[in-house]
Amino acid sequence: MRFDKPAGRNPADRGTVLGQPLPRIDGPLKTTGTAPYAYERHDVASGQLVGYPVGAAIAKGRIRSMDTRAAKAAPGVVAVITTLDMDRLPKARMNVAYLFGGRDIQHYHQAIAVVVADTFERARAAAALIRTDYDEDKSTSFDLAEQRRAHQDDEVEPMAKVGDFHRAFAEAPVQLDQTYTTPGQSHAQMEPHASIAEWKDGALTLWSANQMIEWSKQALAKAFDLPAEKVRLDSPYIGGGFGAKLFLRADAVLAAVAARETGRPVKVALPRPLIANNATHRGLTIQRIRIGTDRDGRITAIGHDNTTNTLPGGDGENGAAPTRHFYAGANRLLVHRPLEMHLPESNAMRAPGETAGLMALEVAMDEMAEKLNMDPVAFRVLNDTQVDPDNPERPFSERHFVECLERGAERFGWNERNRKPGARREGQWLIGHGVAGAYRGAPVQASGARVRLKPDGTVRVDTDMTDIGTGSYTIIAQTAAEMLGVPLDAVDVGLGDSDAPASAGSGGQWGAASSTAGVYAACVALRNTIAERLDADPEDLSFADGQVRHGDRRTPLTEVGGGEELVAEDKIEFGDFRSKEYLLATFGAHFVEVGVHAATGEIRVRRMLAVCDAGRILNPVTARSQVIGAMTMGVGAALMEELAVDTRYGFFANHDLAGYEVPVHADIPEQEVIFLEGEDPYSTPLKAKGVGELGICGVSAAVANAVHNATGVRVRDYPVTLDKLLDGLPEVV
Amino acid sequence: MRAFTYERAETPQQAAMAAASTDHARFIAGGTNLLDLMKIEVETPAHLVDVNGLGLDTIENTDDGGLRVGALVRNTDLAADPRVRRDYGVLSRALVAGASGQLRNKATTGGNLLQRTRCPYFYDTNMPCNKRRPGTGCAALEGFSRQLAIIGGSEHCIATHPSDMAVAMRLLDAEVETVLPNGNTRAIPIADFHRLPGDTPQIDSALIPGEFITAVTLPRPLGGKHFYHKVRDRASYAFALVSVAAVIQPDGGGRVALGGVAPKPWRREDADAALPRGAKAVMARLLDGAEPTHENRFKVNLAERTLAAVLAEAKE
Ligand SMILES: Cc1cc2nc3c(=O)[nH]c(=O)nc-3n(C[C@H](O)[C@H](O)[C@H](O)COP(=O)(O)OP(=O)(O)OC[C@H]3O[C@@H](n4cnc5c(N)ncnc54)[C@H](O)[C@@H]3O)c2cc1C
Ligand code: SF4
Repeated sequence: MRFDKPAGRNPADRGTVLGQPLPRIDGPLKTTGTAPYAYERHDVASGQLVGYPVGAAIAKGRIRSMDTRAAKAAPGVVAVITTLDMDRLPKARMNVAYLFGGRDIQHYHQAIAVVVADTFERARAAAALIRTDYDEDKSTSFDLAEQRRAHQDDEVEPMAKVGDFHRAFAEAPVQLDQTYTTPGQSHAQMEPHASIAEWKDGALTLWSANQMIEWSKQALAKAFDLPAEKVRLDSPYIGGGFGAKLFLRADAVLAAVAARETGRPVKVALPRPLIANNATHRGLTIQRIRIGTDRDGRITAIGHDNTTNTLPGGDGENGAAPTRHFYAGANRLLVHRPLEMHLPESNAMRAPGETAGLMALEVAMDEMAEKLNMDPVAFRVLNDTQVDPDNPERPFSERHFVECLERGAERFGWNERNRKPGARREGQWLIGHGVAGAYRGAPVQASGARVRLKPDGTVRVDTDMTDIGTGSYTIIAQTAAEMLGVPLDAVDVGLGDSDAPASAGSGGQWGAASSTAGVYAACVALRNTIAERLDADPEDLSFADGQVRHGDRRTPLTEVGGGEELVAEDKIEFGDFRSKEYLLATFGAHFVEVGVHAATGEIRVRRMLAVCDAGRILNPVTARSQVIGAMTMGVGAALMEELAVDTRYGFFANHDLAGYEVPVHADIPEQEVIFLEGEDPYSTPLKAKGVGELGICGVSAAVANAVHNATGVRVRDYPVTLDKLLDGLPEVV
Repeated sequence: MRAFTYERAETPQQAAMAAASTDHARFIAGGTNLLDLMKIEVETPAHLVDVNGLGLDTIENTDDGGLRVGALVRNTDLAADPRVRRDYGVLSRALVAGASGQLRNKATTGGNLLQRTRCPYFYDTNMPCNKRRPGTGCAALEGFSRQLAIIGGSEHCIATHPSDMAVAMRLLDAEVETVLPNGNTRAIPIADFHRLPGDTPQIDSALIPGEFITAVTLPRPLGGKHFYHKVRDRASYAFALVSVAAVIQPDGGGRVALGGVAPKPWRREDADAALPRGAKAVMARLLDGAEPTHENRFKVNLAERTLAAVLAEAKE
């Protein structure tokens, strides 16, 4: 099915199951510990061995030699495979770092060996016996600020240039020119990267934790020089991804290499310390933002210059991305400078670009409002735009940012806040309020599904879509139930298996909108098959209560197949109109109240509200979960998350969950989420967009702005930790 | 984790003898610190002496009005004991400020005292670290040292001792009772129990090889108001940037000890004496000679401000 024009009325609009606040259908499996995660799939292949990875001890250089004798002789060891045993494995387009093979070291904890043994403990013990000798390359810098100074005069093609920014900024009566930094952040997902691999008759099966089945199937085929049909990937349950599992990672490659070498299935998980340095992270950024306005607060010039770290060939974290479309302003200059550095691979993490970008931009907006002596809500409202500022010919399909701000302000009691920073105190606590806007695109990807109507009237949906804890199982089941008029529990959903039709996968917050559209397409195809059987025009059929209605005729679904299963498969493909003629995005506003201890600077978030504009909400329960989880992550980014760069050794020093702090329950107060009622017919047949990434966009800036309101201290270097506040807090006696 | 042999001790003295007679032996109590370190081969004992069967898990009144806390009393139980809550509030609060509920259920009094530093380089066996491998250097001195010591360190090591419980015990002038491999016993004042690194940062405490902690005694209650203010980046489940343990008497006198700033719980009796003159006066003595790194310089100010907050609360 091609989606070539805005959606009209269709059967999914009924909203009897879709749009209802239903709990996750996979909930019982999760809460009883019976959802099988990759590392625990003991039943899928017999005779499994365990592989334990070894990470490089240097950030850049070459391996001179490796001594594996002791490891090979250790008890229980079946094989020791080192990176010197093979050439560099080819990498797929989406990967930046090479995953295995060859002598060259690109980053700390790059995989250099896998030790395979009969038990985990023996593999781990033997892995510690490998001795590696390096030629370390000490010539590179691991300090982003230093690199930025060295490259500040480089000519870079701007990512967007409209009007004459420099002139308009120089002429603006009110100006802001500030630089903000965001640190590297780790996905720190609960389930480590993990895979089990098995080779049979030249074909490779991988049971893995992976967000993007089709991409990674192709990547495996490339790495091992196989035709894609010789690769199967299965990933039904994933314990968190946030982008960490978008691409093939070392766990998968090492498992496959080890299984090939030993002729037995092998499983490999990345130990926690390797997750920070072997896998990917959100890149560090240094962002210079310049905003010029007229005296009334209308933006006339906006410039965003973003610098980030990347291994050769990557793009890092593009903080300038959200500034491109968020606010009005006739003169614009956006620049993105990924600098090659040999820190570990920076790559996509939840709302890549927008997260770090809005951490900076939305503080800059707060600072600008302060300069203008304007309410920060009013300043944002004034600079709303209903058209793409890059190309005023192109309108937003649906944009209710102003409504988000206004509804939120009213609900939160924004007008009762104290306007003068540092002036409200309750006992030892300084109280502050902050607001920030949220912007995230609404991309989609082609997505396929297969739907079967069984003779017993139940429905089975298969697609290689993944559920990374987001609720995909549930919204897909809701879509099929709605389209075929069956109760939710009559739908059985199979996900994550590459034998099923390729889907959009879970990334870029496109998963929910795209995969449900794909299931919609397959259900339309099945409805057509049923119409054919009934000798009816599909337009005349309606599906409800397990029956097909055609005029006065009612046929139970158990009968339409005449005892046989009816199967239909289709995929949704999106036409250009969606991106060329219209600009599609999601919007939000975040309101936060914090308390800051007047003596110690300890920061406690006391209240949070998000108002989201994201098209039709397919399930308010799962959508709310996504948003509150993202708000929690935003609090982490605001107040504590920082991969500490050791600029001498070129690695992240706090590489475990004791050192890399993410919020705990005690950090998160009551969170309220409001979804604006709405549909975006330009987005998908279901008129839906994503929310999973929108939720994190802007949150951190709302927290930082609230801290400023509480204390009068403006912190421009995240995370906003108490040491950065102390000098500006009231004197103590 | 390296292979090791394992035995269960029958008596404290036998535990001490067993540990002393084997090279590279360790006692294992709750295991919450030791096992983590063994998994990444920071600790590589060849022999484990399991002391969980020894009893030593009761809290008894002492003749002079104090308490004797068995070495295997779990942190949860110690914090919840009604006598501790009533008379040694600072200890109870310090305990519940540490780790998480699950960990405190396993963690023991003896093990808590002997938990090792949380310096990030100590945990990464690729990095130089004099505490882990003497003579290799200290990666933290010029590195990521935000969490580390501002006082009491040396050019060889600036690790902090991470225990909250020990800070309260130092404040209370507890004594650590031990049995030696030869069967003798001794009582070590808590002030002398943890060592400063000097040029042997690998040695954390005054215990000799095989020496086994049987109990910690608390002298009779001090009265006064008890405080434990632990400052960290998140609200729970994190080690202290700075913690202040204090007992403040109605006349403004009292005691103060700091956690998160030094290789041991940090207290100076001459600083206590300055309490009636306020936080600045106390810190002028308590942190006299501090040598912070550029990353942890803020702790000097933070310690003073945290004590000021405690003193303000004491007045309420
Ligand atoms: C994630 C995490 C967070 C934590 N957060 C905090 C925190 O915020 N604050 C805090 O204070 N602590 C914290 N801890 C540390 C925790 O308090 C310690 O791990 C615990 O107290 C150790 O006690 P244990 O009985 O498990 O010791 P074990 O691990 O069994 O032993 C530790 C050491 O003590 C020795 N030992 C044990 N008992 C005796 C004895 N009777 N005589 C002689 N030697 C003995 C052992 O040989 C070993 O060397 C945290 C730990 C973790 C894992
Ligand atoms: S501070 Fe101590 S523990 Fe940390 S690296 Fe230096 S020597 Fe090792």
